[in-house]
Amino acid sequence: MNSVHAPASILPLVLDRVAFTVQDVTILDDVSFSLEAGRSTFIIGPNGAGKSVLLRLCHGLLTPTRGRILWKGGHSNPARRQAMVFQRPVLLRRSVLGNVAYGLKLAGIGRREREARARKALERVGLGHLADRPARVLSGGEQQRVALARAWALEPEVLFLDEPTASLDPAATRAIETALREIVAGGTKIVMTTHDLGQARRLADEILFLHRGRLIERASADRFLDSPASPEARAFVRGEILW
Amino acid sequence: MAEIGAAFAAALALIGGLEPRLVEIVMLSLQVSLTAVIIAAIVGLPLGALVALGRFPGRRAVIVVLNGFMGLPPVVVGLLVFLLLSRAGPLGPLGLLFTPTAMVIAQAVLVTPIIAALARQTLEDAWREYEEQLHSMGARPHRAAGTLLWDTRFSLVTVLLAGFGRAIAEVGAVMIVGGNIAGVTRVMTTAIALETSKGDLPLALGLGLILIGLVLVVNAAAYAVKETAQRKYG
Repeated sequence: MNSVHAPASILPLVLDRVAFTVQDVTILDDVSFSLEAGRSTFIIGPNGAGKSVLLRLCHGLLTPTRGRILWKGGHSNPARRQAMVFQRPVLLRRSVLGNVAYGLKLAGIGRREREARARKALERVGLGHLADRPARVLSGGEQQRVALARAWALEPEVLFLDEPTASLDPAATRAIETALREIVAGGTKIVMTTHDLGQARRLADEILFLHRGRLIERASADRFLDSPASPEARAFVRGEILW
Repeated sequence: MAEIGAAFAAALALIGGLEPRLVEIVMLSLQVSLTAVIIAAIVGLPLGALVALGRFPGRRAVIVVLNGFMGLPPVVVGLLVFLLLSRAGPLGPLGLLFTPTAMVIAQAVLVTPIIAALARQTLEDAWREYEEQLHSMGARPHRAAGTLLWDTRFSLVTVLLAGFGRAIAEVGAVMIVGGNIAGVTRVMTTAIALETSKGDLPLALGLGLILIGLVLVVNAAAYAVKETAQRKYG
C-alpha cells in the first residue's frame, strides 16, 4: 500500500548491540541486525527466547537497556509508519468499525476519511458485514482480524505481529494468513513471531532464530528450515525441546 | 405492637396519598444528593483517572488517602464544612450556611473520595489490559484516560450509584450544615431523625420506607445496566 506519494522509507531498521534487562535478568543480549524492506521476517525460537521483547523494542514500546535501535533517517520512533498486532487483541467497547476508526483517529486522520478507510480495511479481512456489531462479543479469531484491520487501516510501512495466531483454531489462522499475504502484496513489510514452523514455512522469506536472548542464526526461510546451521536451530527445527 | 402496626398503616397512607409534606422532603433529598453526586463525579472521575494512569511521587499515599476517605464520617465532614461556611469562616460572607447549597457541598465532599477511589480501581484494572495497545497506537495520556473512562462506562455507572447511595442515606453532614429547617433544608434522613424523636412515627416510617425503596431501585438499576451492557458489549 505504499503509494507513489508515500514519504521516504523508514527502512532499514538497524539494531546495534541491543540488550534488554529487567532487574538484573537479561532478556536480550548483544542483538544486532538490520531489517530491509520487502522481505517478510519471522522471529522464531523457544518460549522465553526474547521474541516478544524484541518485537516490542523494535516497535518502540520498550527502550533498550544498552545499544541502539535506529530507523532510516535517524527516526527514533516513527510511530505513524509502523504498527503492531498483539497475541491477544485488545478491542475497545464500541463497534467493530469504531475500533478500526479509533486507530485512524489517533493517527490524525479526518473524520470522513476515517470511516471510509475503516470500512475498506474491514472488507479486506472479510468482516465488512460485522462493522456495526460490538467488537468484544466477536469470536477470538474475528477479534484478531479486527485488530489486524485496525493496524492495516493505518497503511503502515512495517507491521509487527506477536504470535497473532497462537490462540486461534486452524480456520481462524487461515483467515489471518490470507490477510497477511494481502498485506505483504500491498508492500507492507511484516515482522512476526511464531511458534508454528509450518506457518514460518508458508509465510516467511527470512528467519531470525533467537535462543536465550541471543540471535543465533539468520537465514532465508528455506535454508533455515531445511538445513539450519547452528546446533540449537537444528534441534528446534527437529522438534526437540529446547530451553 | 399495635402501635407500630398503626404507624405502618399511617405511613402507607401518607405515601399513597402523596402527602405534600412528604413529597417536598423527598424532592429536596433527591435534588441535593443528585447535585452532590454530579459535582463529585466531575471532580472524582478525572481524579481517579489521574491516579490510575499517572506516575508521580506520592501516588501510593494518594491512593491510601482516597481509599481511607471513602469512610469519612459524615458528621466530621459536616463539621468541617460548617466551619468553612460559618459567619467567621473563610467562606462565611457567601451566606451559604443552612441552605441546600451547603448540603450539596457537604455531600459532594463526602462522595468525591468514594467516586475517585472506586473509579481509580476500575480504571487501573482496565489500564493493565489496554496500556500496551493504546501506547502502540500512539495515544497520549489524556486521550488514553478519556478512552478508558468511556470503555469502563458501565462499571462507572455502578460507581456513581454507590456514591448516590452514600449521599442519599447520610444524615450527619446535612443535619449540621443544613440545620433541618422545615421547608428549606429538611431532607428524608434529617426528617426521620427529628420525627422519631418527636414521636411522629408514621411520617418517620413513611420516609424510611421511601428511602429504602429508593436505595433498592437505584441498586437494581445499577445491576440491570451492568448486566445488559455486559451481554451487549462484552
